[in-house]
Amino acid sequence: MPSTIRVRAMASGTQTDVQALIQHPMDSGFVKDSNGVLIPPRHIETVTFEHDGKPVLIADWGPAVSKDPYIKFAFKGGAKGDTLTVTWIDNQGKTDSLEAKIA
Amino acid sequence: MSLRRAIAVVLTGLLLGGAAPGALDTDNPQAEQAAFQAYFKNRFPSLPIAEFGNGPYAVNADMRKQWEEIMQFPPYDFALDEGKTAFETKFADGKSYADCFENGGIGVRQNFPYFDTKAGEVVTLDLAINRCRQANGEKPLPYQTGLMVSLTAYMAETSRGRPFDIKIPDDPRALAAYEDGKRYFYTRRGQLNFSCASCHVTAAGQRMRADILAPALGILAAFPIYRSEWGSMGTIDRRFTTCSSQMRSEPLDPQDKSYRNLEYFLSYMSNGVPISGPGTRP
Repeated sequence: MPSTIRVRAMASGTQTDVQALIQHPMDSGFVKDSNGVLIPPRHIETVTFEHDGKPVLIADWGPAVSKDPYIKFAFKGGAKGDTLTVTWIDNQGKTDSLEAKIA
Repeated sequence: MSLRRAIAVVLTGLLLGGAAPGALDTDNPQAEQAAFQAYFKNRFPSLPIAEFGNGPYAVNADMRKQWEEIMQFPPYDFALDEGKTAFETKFADGKSYADCFENGGIGVRQNFPYFDTKAGEVVTLDLAINRCRQANGEKPLPYQTGLMVSLTAYMAETSRGRPFDIKIPDDPRALAAYEDGKRYFYTRRGQLNFSCASCHVTAAGQRMRADILAPALGILAAFPIYRSEWGSMGTIDRRFTTCSSQMRSEPLDPQDKSYRNLEYFLSYMSNGVPISGPGTRP
């Protein structure tokens, strides 16, 4: 099973720029399928980025976030070769995690 | 006025004398291809032929900037993964897609669609994939979305940079298929009374409301595509049927003979434009 997470982190000077893309349906719970049946809500609730085990960004997401969401941010610190861990958990308890090295 | 003559009149008018009058009405696909490509080179003189595979991003600097940012994380990435896995998975009978295609299916996208002189019809990559599945006892895939997109995405990716190399064999049926595709392309249809050429030849590079119209030359090189408007991936069939209904005409069935002939015509006209798929479009 390929990972649902793509991440790229680049250290530049005193900060690290992070971009990530997550594959997720992000169903709001308000959309019907082709048979007219409501698609139950399924969306990411928490995304966590940890730099060497210490959280640098925790996002609370809801049904308004788009399908296959993309996130970009920067944090102070971080050096080439450090580990960045990305984890998401959705409202149905499903989860995925990926470890990446800062470039 | 016959349809073909009408087309020739409209197009030679557009060519502004760039080609001999009637060059597009010759029964000579090679001459028509040269005139078609000359029109676009005239229209976008600074654009190298390889750029035509990038559609609207080749002709609009602002959109290109946004595209370059999108391409840092191509939205088709997940489909590519799925396609690669499916391509390498064996069927129940122990064979795989690789057994159905030349060179194991790697780097062959530029040769599709081709004219099958035995069956006397145009075979697209999508059709070949489904025939491969059926020959090995698997169910055919739906044509517009899903696994079909992922498979064609992977096969296109392995063919990136290889120029379209479509041949019209010496067979009257092949020429007829080409002529039929050409007729489809230049025929006005639907409540809006537009032909494919109205937008993608006459108005190529201009705005249709907020969208930039892609030039017809190389327009299929990037398929399958992730389309932001769809929020998902789609095949050439998905694009053709969407185009048809946007003109408020009744779309044909995916892989209808006319759609296949249209793909044949368009791909032949684009010979020399490198495969750039899978792509992203607004």
